[in-house]
Amino acid sequence: MDFSTFLIQLLNSFQYGLLLFLVASGLTLIFGIMGIINLAHGSFYMMGAYMAFSLTALSGNFLVAIVVGVALSVLIGFLLEWALFSRLYKRDHLDQVLLTYGLILIFEELRSLLVGDDVHGVPIPELLSASIQLSETLSYPVYRLFMSAVCILLAIVMYWMIRHTRLGMMIRAGSSNREMVQALGINIDLIYRIVFGLGVTLAAFAGMLAAPVSSVYPGMGNQVLIICFVVVVIGGVGSVWGALVAALLIGLADTFGKVIAPDYAGLAVYVLMAAVLLWRPEGIFRRI
Amino acid sequence: MEQGFNRRRFLLSTAGVAGGLALPGAPLFAQSANKIRVGLMLPYTGTYASLGNAITNGFKLAVEQGGGKLGGREIEYFTVDDESDAAKAPENANKLIKRDNVDVLIGTVHSGVALAMTRVARETKTLLIVPNAGADEITGPLCSPNIFRTSFSAWQPAYAMGQVMAEKKHKNVVTLSWKYSFGEQSVAGFKEAFEKGGGKVVKEMYLPFPNVEFQPYLTEIAALKPDAVFVFFAGGGAVKFVKDYDAAGLKKTIPLYGSGFLTDGTLEAQGDSAEGILTTLHYADGLDIAKDKAFRTAYAMAFKTQPDVYSVQGYDAAQLFAAGLAGVAGDVTKREALIAAMEKATIDSPRGRFTLSKAHNPVQDIYLRKVEAKQNKVIAVAAKALADPARGCRM
Repeated sequence: MDFSTFLIQLLNSFQYGLLLFLVASGLTLIFGIMGIINLAHGSFYMMGAYMAFSLTALSGNFLVAIVVGVALSVLIGFLLEWALFSRLYKRDHLDQVLLTYGLILIFEELRSLLVGDDVHGVPIPELLSASIQLSETLSYPVYRLFMSAVCILLAIVMYWMIRHTRLGMMIRAGSSNREMVQALGINIDLIYRIVFGLGVTLAAFAGMLAAPVSSVYPGMGNQVLIICFVVVVIGGVGSVWGALVAALLIGLADTFGKVIAPDYAGLAVYVLMAAVLLWRPEGIFRRI
Repeated sequence: MEQGFNRRRFLLSTAGVAGGLALPGAPLFAQSANKIRVGLMLPYTGTYASLGNAITNGFKLAVEQGGGKLGGREIEYFTVDDESDAAKAPENANKLIKRDNVDVLIGTVHSGVALAMTRVARETKTLLIVPNAGADEITGPLCSPNIFRTSFSAWQPAYAMGQVMAEKKHKNVVTLSWKYSFGEQSVAGFKEAFEKGGGKVVKEMYLPFPNVEFQPYLTEIAALKPDAVFVFFAGGGAVKFVKDYDAAGLKKTIPLYGSGFLTDGTLEAQGDSAEGILTTLHYADGLDIAKDKAFRTAYAMAFKTQPDVYSVQGYDAAQLFAAGLAGVAGDVTKREALIAAMEKATIDSPRGRFTLSKAHNPVQDIYLRKVEAKQNKVIAVAAKALADPARGCRM
């Protein structure tokens, strides 16, 4: 592998890793702060992708699809938290697994009823459909650079929100002592609802962003879900920073695994997980 | 109490009468048993619904052209939607075989479902005609006297492409496909012919089905700078691959070749990205065959839509069965004579005449096609009367 190819594969790795981070950060927030194991998180990713497909087909504009899709996702997140997840905080993990597994089935059936079982493509928006010549033989699609840029921007916003805003402070406090925060007169229920809505929206948004490059197909959420749990485990439960680092590591392992040893590519991610857990059983970072 | 007892007696006796009345229905059953019972187990919902419908249309068109009869007998259809779900395949096949008592089973599109059907057909000795699924095993290790195929084996078009690319003096080639049996069998068939012709596969790459994140592979292809690339993809994945290959700037520098379905039913969505791509298949646009022209006209008249390779395969399934029935004057109980007649048949297919190999797979011409103005135009015969090697078939 020559140097320019190496750099381009590095770019591919980061792009994939950043997208994973977007999905996994929501999962780790919901898990780390509310203590909920949410198996349906991948379904939110799938929901986003199918929203991008349907809304683009309806409106003819990818940007409109994203704006409407994000609004719908926030709404769906709030509704789910209000109707189902708010009842789960005090239940044990088995109940949570059962409920969220049920949600996976419901989401798949709904998808099948509403949009069908076909594999769909979403056209890359005209404005971003160009390619940049990176090496003598390979050009790199602008849309992928755009994806990475959006993910980096969101990571910075999230960091700032959790570290430097009042809401972030309350979220951090709520994750370590729910009763105390409540006693201080803070509406912890509302904060939980916001965190959950944020998690759902991040996953759905990642699905929308990924739709033009990874196409839209039944069961896509479950594939992502498994990798996201790996991200959370490697990064450390509840740590957004950990999720970022772990997602980037997985991007590297997956991409270079695919091209260096294609036959064992599926293994690379899990070898990485095993190695990290031997070194740090609680993940690279532990808390928010 | 007394009254309750009476009421029960009353109910029982009416049930008895109703049962008696049902008896005259028996001759009705005997009458329908006079018809040939055809079981269609195909996808009518989901990703492959359009393929299932095309096969059904093709089959029914051939029957209609025979005056609604095959071998002088009328046809009765029994239909099951297999949903392309391999888990439901044995149950669906048994429904048709045991409940509906069909004389022949026609199906299906999805290779996994077809393999399950093949196993059921072997156990129950039901006559099975496969009108699409290309899994090599069906006419390989799982072959059986009662199992026929009117489409192709995965090996066939890929092997033909291997010959074509070797003749074009490509030396180093990279392959890419989904990692599932049809993709792996396609690559294996290609590699066999290509390396026999003096070429070398420098790297075989696979990605999980139905994943379409091709970017790292495209980067790798650009880095390896092979003389050409051979791929198997179909449907939505094929659309995306051809567009990504173009967007990565590779189309200009490294020619792309594919087996079968890379450019079938996808050209509208692929647009200019597909122009000029060469693929191999047992059917093409612009074949100069009288039967094809007649078939296309009749099909378009009957169904108000253009036929495709799937309708041809369904049409030929009916033609093959008709040839068998003609050999026994419609008497399906003469099994061995029926099968012998099917084995000896020459099918006058829209794709060109073909016969069956010993393992019951078509021995057919594989066409080299080039995408021109959103059509898969035939430019040559890539392999004349190509027979599948049917490895593992003991028959």
